[in-house]
Amino acid sequence: MSTRTTSKQREVLGVSALRPDGLAKTQGTFSFSSDYTADNMLWGATLRSPHPYARIISIDISEAIKIDGVETVLLASDVPGKLTYGLIASDQPVFASEFVRYMGEPIAAVAADHPETCRRALDAIVVHYEVLKPLTSIEDALNPNTPSIHPDGNVFRHQHILHGDANATGDIVVEGEYEIGMQDQAFLGLEAALAYPDSDGSGIELVVATQWLHEDQKQIADCLAMPKEKVRLQLGGVGGAFGAREDISLQVHTCLLALRTGRPVKMQYTREESFFGHVHRHPGVISLKHHVTNEGRIVKIEGTMKLDGGAYASTSSAVLINGVTHIQGPYKCPNAVFDGYAVRTNNPPCGAMRGFGVVQACFAHEGQMDKIAKAVGKSPVEVRLLNAMEKGDTLITGQPVESVAPVARCIRETDALPLPEPLSLSAGTMELPGGSGRTSELHNIKRGIGWGVSIKNLMYSEGFDDSAEARCTLGDGVATLKFATAEVGQGFVVLAQQIARTVLGVDVVVLDRIDTNIGSAGSTSASRQTWMSGGAVDGACRLVRERLFEHVAHMHGLDPLQLIIEDTDIVDTMGPLRISVSEASKGVKITQTFLHQHRKTEELDENGQGNCHVAFAFVAHRAVVDVDVELGLVKVVQIATAQDVGRSLNPLALLGQIEGGIAQGLGLAVMEEIIMQNGIVKNPSFTDYLLPTALDAPDVLFIPIEEPDPQAPLGAKGVGEPPCISVTPAIVAAIRDATGIDLKRTPVRPQDICL
Amino acid sequence: MSTSSEIYSLRVNGTDQHVKDAWIGESLLYVLRERLGFMGSKGACEQGECGSCTVLINNDAVCSCLVMAASAIDTDIITVEGLAPSESPNDIQQAFVAEGAVQCGFCTPGLIVAVHHLLETNSSPSEIEVKEALSGNICRCTGYGRIFSAVQLVISQREKSIS
Repeated sequence: MSTRTTSKQREVLGVSALRPDGLAKTQGTFSFSSDYTADNMLWGATLRSPHPYARIISIDISEAIKIDGVETVLLASDVPGKLTYGLIASDQPVFASEFVRYMGEPIAAVAADHPETCRRALDAIVVHYEVLKPLTSIEDALNPNTPSIHPDGNVFRHQHILHGDANATGDIVVEGEYEIGMQDQAFLGLEAALAYPDSDGSGIELVVATQWLHEDQKQIADCLAMPKEKVRLQLGGVGGAFGAREDISLQVHTCLLALRTGRPVKMQYTREESFFGHVHRHPGVISLKHHVTNEGRIVKIEGTMKLDGGAYASTSSAVLINGVTHIQGPYKCPNAVFDGYAVRTNNPPCGAMRGFGVVQACFAHEGQMDKIAKAVGKSPVEVRLLNAMEKGDTLITGQPVESVAPVARCIRETDALPLPEPLSLSAGTMELPGGSGRTSELHNIKRGIGWGVSIKNLMYSEGFDDSAEARCTLGDGVATLKFATAEVGQGFVVLAQQIARTVLGVDVVVLDRIDTNIGSAGSTSASRQTWMSGGAVDGACRLVRERLFEHVAHMHGLDPLQLIIEDTDIVDTMGPLRISVSEASKGVKITQTFLHQHRKTEELDENGQGNCHVAFAFVAHRAVVDVDVELGLVKVVQIATAQDVGRSLNPLALLGQIEGGIAQGLGLAVMEEIIMQNGIVKNPSFTDYLLPTALDAPDVLFIPIEEPDPQAPLGAKGVGEPPCISVTPAIVAAIRDATGIDLKRTPVRPQDICL
Repeated sequence: MSTSSEIYSLRVNGTDQHVKDAWIGESLLYVLRERLGFMGSKGACEQGECGSCTVLINNDAVCSCLVMAASAIDTDIITVEGLAPSESPNDIQQAFVAEGAVQCGFCTPGLIVAVHHLLETNSSPSEIEVKEALSGNICRCTGYGRIFSAVQLVISQREKSIS
């Protein structure tokens, strides 16, 4: 009865299965959100504030609306529903009407027949401003005498943490101050959406690149004053996200323009506009004081974390909590007194970016670990191993780390990876710092080695139920999966297929359209979709398998409990029956839906105590750099890393996450920063905001640490964020090692090294 | 939008394409995508920094966002769609998928054109030559490691097939 004929390795869990959208992406036939087009379509564009802080005196659209080809110009007064939106607090206006609070804040939107007509229309809108002095420093925002720049005040959140004995002291006190610059996610696929209004204007369909369809749906519906079900979202192909698509950008504007004109409207940001149109990584300042024993064991940490959230709340409060609850790093720490603040300024709004608050914390605690090592005469590896967190240890929130915590193993296995060969005396200029600039001279180049180790929470925290739903249908040997999980490049689409093949013994897995015609999958963020949507797909497939076993058992007079799946067959463990899944499912149609929820978490109390996180992952990085100490140029030669992944479900996709995350962490270490001067963004372009290129990519040596997490539905931990967290401090530590300079901020600029 | 009433023609992937009623200021990228439907060329920076819009013009790899469309008359323009028929992807495209060089995929078509151009001009580039040739194509997802692997796979496969 068996029809097993496949000799090729089946693309099940654990195998480097190839992504189903891969070939179309190489051929240019995969549809990104910017590739959608419609008959009778208009283009939309946004008028943005040139000032970081100003009162709007008047807006005159009369000349703009007269331009041939312009169909409509919309202002705040045209918003039919809620006038504001926001992920956690709804404090950001759809269009500014009284004040603009950051450079680039939207004021109006136009729809016209051509992008160039839109541009001319925006030029023709006359806005009179009373320019105000912007609030641009964290310290000013924290000063109670500073006037509020928003009715909700200038402090988004303050969190105090008191853990253990506040008066505990160590033999040695090590202090440091650390500063992190503002990083941009810089996904390649610019913000884009196409809205199709229903013919009677009572509803709308939106194709959009986003990380979380259902959250967008909710916020859009509120602003449009429509019931949620009238706002139907479909995921347009997403050209990367990294946190920048978690907030609303052009969604509401596109829908408003389409509903007003009764025509499909497409909006697509330019790169410059993208820098203003989405939130960034929080810049911040962290002061840390470690009390340690003479041996180097951490006794207590004290300090503050101050993050600049920019003009609107976005996820600042959650980013702050992530930061303060990870400030001890992956180390035992019995006592802590710590305060975190996220403040409002007239800088661009900041929110989610890969690592979400932990990047900032890690830069500080890893700088401290090296200072401790120096103070007690130990190596960076020894001091980290001495303090390495183990299963059962607690965070400074009192939360125990209950599951797998292979911190020491991550460090040891990284340490065992080979170091690169010394820089050759015959090295070509392209291998030297500065590369094609051909400026470095060998005798000025010094090599350094540095370490970074981190802990990262997985999933959402503080009592939030970010559940995920998935549906599986089996018939005629084909499994069809439906979910609203945003595929942003990470590869959930291939993982979902692997899960279905593994659980159901099918080879053909069809993926239904990703849209809001099923329950929420939560956001593609917080390293959560493998665990959450993976758990949902797994659960739905298992329910289908149960029904299939019942069907087969009924046909053959067996107990369904004695049936199992073996490759592509259903096998009777107590008898001779072996039947292929495709044959067994011929003519039947089984559909099951599953909602996966993670364990409940708690809010923090006034002392920052509580089990606020779901789970944790760990990683170690070792960086080797060559530094031209005369010119301040850095080349990252090699990154070695061992990461706690639980279980490697797709080794090729996993390696892609590791290498990609490392490149972004390298960017924050030595290249990437949005430069602000008094609230003005100085470098909103790819010419002036420098991203790692092929020539900047270091060699990466990677060891996955596979200790399956019993709490994870597939044994696997999320892997997206850890690669970019501790690589940044590792690189900066390597530069300190090469130069002997006590570098306090990231990114490290040439002038920080050579001036 | 006031447009020119003139018609001009572009030779794209070997076929003459007429561009009607276009505004003279349109870039080649815009015309390829929005007027002629060649969506494989992607726009991500509008200033020639990212390489997502790379096409071949007379066999040179060019950022189509920096070329005025109307100035590209009388040239041979090859887009990613013109490198191989959709039913039989070329070895570079297959290697990108096999080696995990595709994540979000937005940079991918431009990279495919850039790798094609590199290997047409230098069939056995060194590692550093590959890196230099691709340094005008920004990828934000992969960190480039799998892209290098894909290129090496193509080089070794082609060397094998010759020997």
